[in-house]
Amino acid sequence: MPKLTINDMEIEVEPGTSILQAAEQLGVEIPRFCYHDKLSVPANCRMCLVEIEGGPPKPAASCAMACGEGMKVKTESEMVKKARKGVMEMLLINHPLDCPICDQGGECDLQDQAVAYGFDRSRYHEEKRAVKDKDLGPLVGTVMTRCINCTRCVRFAEEIAGTPVLGQFNRGEDAEIGTFIDEVVNTELSGNLIDICPVGALTSKPYKYKARSWELKKTETIDVHDALGCNIRVDSRGREVMRILPRLNEDINEEWIDDRARFSYDGLSHKRIDRPYIRDEDSGKLREASWEEAFAFISEKVSGLKGEEIAALAGNMADVESMTAMKDLMSNLGSPNIDCRTDGGVYDVKERSSYLFNSGIAAIDEADAILLVGVNPRYEATLINARIRKNWLEKKIPISLVGEEVDLTYPYVHLGDSPKDIEKLVKEYAGKVKSERPMMIVGSSVFRRDDSLAIQAMLQKAAEDLGIVKKDWNGYNVLQNAASRVGGIEIDFLPQQGGKGFAEIMSGTKDGSIKALFLLGADEFNARVNVGWKTFVVYQGHHGDNGAERADVVLPSAAFTEKDGLYVNTEGRVQMAKRAVTPPGEAKEDWAILRALSEHLGKKTLTYNSASELRARIQKEWPIFKSLNELPAIKWAKYSSKSKVMKDSFAGYRQNYYLADPICRASKTMHECVAKFQNNEPVQEAAE
Amino acid sequence: MDRFAKAFFLTEIVKGFLLTLKYMFFVPRVTINYPYEKGPISPRFRGEHALRRYPNGEERCIACKLCEAICPALAITIEAEPREDGSRRTTKYDIDMTKCIYCGLCQEACPVDAIVEGPNFEFATETREELYYNKDKLLANGDRWEAQLAANLVANAPYR
Repeated sequence: MPKLTINDMEIEVEPGTSILQAAEQLGVEIPRFCYHDKLSVPANCRMCLVEIEGGPPKPAASCAMACGEGMKVKTESEMVKKARKGVMEMLLINHPLDCPICDQGGECDLQDQAVAYGFDRSRYHEEKRAVKDKDLGPLVGTVMTRCINCTRCVRFAEEIAGTPVLGQFNRGEDAEIGTFIDEVVNTELSGNLIDICPVGALTSKPYKYKARSWELKKTETIDVHDALGCNIRVDSRGREVMRILPRLNEDINEEWIDDRARFSYDGLSHKRIDRPYIRDEDSGKLREASWEEAFAFISEKVSGLKGEEIAALAGNMADVESMTAMKDLMSNLGSPNIDCRTDGGVYDVKERSSYLFNSGIAAIDEADAILLVGVNPRYEATLINARIRKNWLEKKIPISLVGEEVDLTYPYVHLGDSPKDIEKLVKEYAGKVKSERPMMIVGSSVFRRDDSLAIQAMLQKAAEDLGIVKKDWNGYNVLQNAASRVGGIEIDFLPQQGGKGFAEIMSGTKDGSIKALFLLGADEFNARVNVGWKTFVVYQGHHGDNGAERADVVLPSAAFTEKDGLYVNTEGRVQMAKRAVTPPGEAKEDWAILRALSEHLGKKTLTYNSASELRARIQKEWPIFKSLNELPAIKWAKYSSKSKVMKDSFAGYRQNYYLADPICRASKTMHECVAKFQNNEPVQEAAE
Repeated sequence: MDRFAKAFFLTEIVKGFLLTLKYMFFVPRVTINYPYEKGPISPRFRGEHALRRYPNGEERCIACKLCEAICPALAITIEAEPREDGSRRTTKYDIDMTKCIYCGLCQEACPVDAIVEGPNFEFATETREELYYNKDKLLANGDRWEAQLAANLVANAPYR
């Protein structure tokens, strides 16, 4: 453990720590451009120069210099100040003076550090260079003249995203960043290039020239496009979301988010339902209505029905509060038919370990062997894929996949695609696995089969046999892919005593046993086809999508950026989404709609009058909601089933990544991504 | 005694009349016949706002929003978007002249000398609504006063 002094402060660090990292531990600021703590160290910007007493009589790059025993480092000496000024002047030689029109203006590392460490005027009067802009697709805009060649983007694309399409070409003044064969950056993490670029060379195309950083209201919340609950910051102005940025959370998303979470926000202002609608019985078309009218219509249709004839389904983006309110409403109506697994998945949920990502997402870093079962983490949970890749890059761990063969950005062994191949694996390796921290990641599509319960039992047994679950390690991980799913299971938004599940409710609408169906933002299935035409459907949600198309009454509600709501991620971690903007038009929060509806339905009124009362009720019945942002301790219990596993191969991820939920489907940007990345059509752009 | 003499000979009144007579016949006139005559104003005078153009007719404003940010009265509202040719332009540039305190910080902040406060101070209106200036009004102001605005900027340049 080397001991050194930085600015006369002593510190002892792990061997291999760089001076810059040691200074960071002490809280000493060292400016930098190319260094990024999640990327490799190229030491090419030279901004982090420091003086080392007794060393060679020149400044050293602190990001690449490891701490040595007895080093005396100075970060504020005359030599360092002069060196920084020189580097700053050199970087600004070719940097255009276009801060006023640059989207990075106000949050730019180069701008800030030029003020803090640079000269106050330029001595350069010669011609500046200009670099041709590159086409990186519909998400990332480029102004390459602003580039300072820090190569963070090149390293990100290669190391984190695993799509090495960027590179640095030519030398000296002609050096520039570009793509190898005019390829677009086809990765689900491309938005992060914008964040890591220290200048305005890579900027967000959808956000181009729309707003300045200082006029935006920043709300720290979470993402609900997948089940990870990535921590995000929603920047809004007025009642419009202007952009979405990641927030640092080492346990979930580190400091990245995927493109769907970052760029689908324009869907929040398109195709929104902003007032109640009632389907006109004569014309068969939806007509505008008031809340009173809509409630009266629902109560007229529903109040005569028996409890068993009513059913409710919760969609992928429902928060715990609204599901609780829906559950309470249904129990007041006497209906046992509720389900939150609208993807059609069926699995035993008696034990928390059988539906959670037991080891926690951060534990992927510790895993020394990974078995993927019927899952495509690249699309189902992009940041889990990035973690697996990071682990593979560092330790070259063995990764194998049973299921559909897909491109995961890292190499893996494809063991087959059916349950049979897992049984074969167990037969061969049971008790012989040498890895200490093996991990199995099971996709939620595995439980969408007719033999799902048998599969669950088989996989859990395999996990024990292969040493994936042992005393101090639980590597049996189910990867859910809906933000509402775990929350729904925790509050038991599942068929109650004698109630019907998703599939039975669907068939019930057709044979007439279900006469009224409440959809709580359920857009995952095609309601036009799957719901029988005689059933009375009440859709409550924020987008005019699958559910609203079939509904007889449409009630407008708030999207995830417009309400405070509890969500439970795939690890079982409870997180709170915060309201950033107000809902459009007459839309209200889901629980408030259900509370108001309960008054009209004539049975018992829901007992809570505010969101905090509702939350208190949730915490009272399910204590896990008392602690936010904590990884729960999960006890392992095996599920066993007597039914037989079928031979069919695993189905795999069947959704379009860019169009997986109603917000994405309403987003213009996401449709452009489909056109460019998947169909390779030219994107229409303003002529420049 | 003294007081009595002063009062008896009406000295105060005579003094007063003498002063009046002096200004009537012997001192040059200082009042002007506004609005037919106008007093001189400084090139730094901060009057009605204007948005300027380049000589080729292109508007100068690039929607950097620095004026909006610095405005202490929150009188400026800007919305921006890429124009068809890809350049950064405002789609909305409003100044609420009833909020404005004529401090001149907006023209100090402007990196392209687009928003300026001109020499015009005669823009009283009959309704408040007419004082909510939009981009068209401001650009029209710029076109109208350009000669003088440009001269003012040149006169001020050595001190900026």
